[in-house]
Amino acid sequence: MLKTISLAHGGGGLASTQLIEQVFMRAFNNPFLQTHEDQAKIALTELTQLGNRLAFSTDSYVIDPIFFPGGDIGKLAVCGTVNDLAVGGAIPLYLSCGFIIEEGLPLDTLQNIVNSMAQTAKDAGVTIITGDTKVVPHGAADKIFINTAGIGTIPTHVNWGMTHIKKGDKIIVSGTVGDHGATILNIREKLGLIGALSSDCAPLYQLIRQLHAIEGVRALRDATRGGVNAVLHEFMQGSGLGMQIKESELPLQPTVRGLCELLGLDPLNFANEGKVVIVVSPDCEQRVLQLLHSHPLGINACVIGEVVAKKQVTLQGLYGIERLLDLPHNEPLPRIC
Amino acid sequence: MQFIDEFRDPNAVKLLLNKINALVKQTQFTQDSPLNIMEVCGGHTHAIFKFGLDRLLPPEINFIHGPGCPVCVLPMGRIDTCIDIAKLPDVIFCTFGDAMRVPGQQGSLLATRGQGYDIRIIYSPLDALTLAKRNPQKQIVLFGLGFETTMPGIALTIQQAKQQQLTNFSLLCQHISIIPTLKALLTLPNIKIDAFLGPGHLSMIIGVKPYQFISENYAKPVVISGFEPVDMLQSVVMILMQLIRQQYLVENQYRRIVADQGNLLAQAVIKQVFTLQGNDEWRGLGEILGSGVRLSKEYQEFDAELRFNTKHYSHQDDPNARCGDVLTGRSKPINCPLFGKKCTPQSAYGALMVSSEGACAAYYQYRQGDLIC
Amino acid sequence: MCIGIPCQIVSIDNHAPNIAIAEVNGIGRQIDISLVANSNNPITVGQWVLVHVGFAMSILDEDEAKHTLSILNAMQEEEPDVSVLFIGKE
Repeated sequence: MLKTISLAHGGGGLASTQLIEQVFMRAFNNPFLQTHEDQAKIALTELTQLGNRLAFSTDSYVIDPIFFPGGDIGKLAVCGTVNDLAVGGAIPLYLSCGFIIEEGLPLDTLQNIVNSMAQTAKDAGVTIITGDTKVVPHGAADKIFINTAGIGTIPTHVNWGMTHIKKGDKIIVSGTVGDHGATILNIREKLGLIGALSSDCAPLYQLIRQLHAIEGVRALRDATRGGVNAVLHEFMQGSGLGMQIKESELPLQPTVRGLCELLGLDPLNFANEGKVVIVVSPDCEQRVLQLLHSHPLGINACVIGEVVAKKQVTLQGLYGIERLLDLPHNEPLPRIC
Repeated sequence: MQFIDEFRDPNAVKLLLNKINALVKQTQFTQDSPLNIMEVCGGHTHAIFKFGLDRLLPPEINFIHGPGCPVCVLPMGRIDTCIDIAKLPDVIFCTFGDAMRVPGQQGSLLATRGQGYDIRIIYSPLDALTLAKRNPQKQIVLFGLGFETTMPGIALTIQQAKQQQLTNFSLLCQHISIIPTLKALLTLPNIKIDAFLGPGHLSMIIGVKPYQFISENYAKPVVISGFEPVDMLQSVVMILMQLIRQQYLVENQYRRIVADQGNLLAQAVIKQVFTLQGNDEWRGLGEILGSGVRLSKEYQEFDAELRFNTKHYSHQDDPNARCGDVLTGRSKPINCPLFGKKCTPQSAYGALMVSSEGACAAYYQYRQGDLIC
Repeated sequence: MCIGIPCQIVSIDNHAPNIAIAEVNGIGRQIDISLVANSNNPITVGQWVLVHVGFAMSILDEDEAKHTLSILNAMQEEEPDVSVLFIGKE
């Protein structure tokens, strides 16, 4: 087999078959794929045993660089979709994956990405049951783009959504804020900052499932692009209520804080890939925190604010002065002044 | 000691506020006729809003946000020159992130990067030099922006380029000198400034002496201040004390960073590489006598404008825009007819709305309720 | 106008004495120290400098910093006496 991906690998001929057999099938190996059909067939009984609603979600992953501290585009492609299912209360079950590969990508690179996807899927308890590969000419795509779609079942008793949010509810974040965005910005813009910066990219289902049985959990969102700030705005729009958080309560890695000081940026706007924002009733706040703390991905979970009547997102500064938190119109860029 | 959190201590802030409240009663200032303190530096503007200092201070004290943000005084036409250069073949255009979103008539550098031109954000000017060494077949152009704080780093970079005989490195010089700017500001009509909060980081380069004309000729206090809340409130205390005693001085609150004489090495390197020459036009301020910073003769070979024979643009601002009045403290951002309408952070008309240190962006970003207009 | 952050020198390049690594909150950056140090006044590991655009621009004076804070502490304990604010440490 060639050492780099060529247009032939996407052409449907022998090269395609070889690529599928030797890379994808080997890594994702499972009975669904072994049928070699054009579609995966899932027994409905299996799904209905787990719940009464199907959750279905999709996302495309185009990150630059494709490998970064704490993860790679493959891990991200699995985590992102698994997390989008999990925050809706679903048990993530099956993923599809579509690859768009730029001609010339080293085969080793693809192999590493696919292995990473396989490992992450295993960790997350999902199976990759169908997929597709396209190769585009050099320059028509940047190295590799991945789309994943996922399905999961929502247990009958789990009923989360932003319309359940009530005034007085507490806002919890599951861990330190901004790790992924800070890590990627430094590498992508080649800012030369050295330190323990690492993406928080992780599948969150195991953490979130603990909350299925808790009465009083209102809504969850994973704080990806746009950061915690964007999620708070979504909660505001979805609930018609205000979100008020305290700057001093935000959990931050010291290194992320250091980067933000140096570059004049706000960690609230940085993307996360393994953090969830949760709105809960005050009654279950302690129980939720306790459960989150019992899982390695939730040890830094804490309450950062609460839901208020006036429909706006506000941040209370160090001295109690409140200000509006606007959604940034653009992704953060480093500043010198 | 980490030199940051110690100077944000809420207890110290409370103490200083008590002190300020007591002192302000010993002055003639009222809510309707407040003590107008101009913070020259955008870094102070940012801190005032971030920590809500404007709302913690008594109503007898009013901050006027000054011209000390190099992005805010950047004329639109300069961005068009940047874009012209960035679009030349085999050019890698390097800029600080701050200038990426400033609109020119041809759009912004960010939008130009989106069209496929090679525009890079750098953290240090030395990063641009490294690019020049690694890409000998490319022309690396650095957009040198900033007041005296940023000039020494740029100057050292140019000196290294000369030592290393790099022929593919040049500078688009957009530096501005603070003292001519302040002099011009103080001669404007209708200026109601009672005291100045001096720019801490700029002063660590130039020292305290250059500000003496303000206290001596205009009888106004100047206190060079750090950027943490404790620093700024302590500086307000020092300003109030001067007013009460009617002794007008240049004082240095930021002694942990600012030596009275400034940084002599930095001053020397600025002098070697740059020269103050001619009058430059600044957005909102107009033409300022003797404010033009150019590369000195010895370093002219690194002047991007000469190397690429660039076109000079001069654009008229919207006659309704009040950027100049805001910059000079004659108007609050909310009194500008464009504020929050034609001019928002999403579609900024003026640079004061682009830079997060700009008075308008700060007003917009840190406002505590719905827009009044 | 200028972001300047206090960083601690954690190492100095043996081959290029104007290059050091400075750190804040565990984030390091290669910086140029030639504006604050030379062979007569070398900088040492552990010292704090103010960093702007990758250059050390000033060496932090810890005594001055403590002095500034001690004035505040004094305000707390005693009858407020701001005049002390005016007297820079000689």
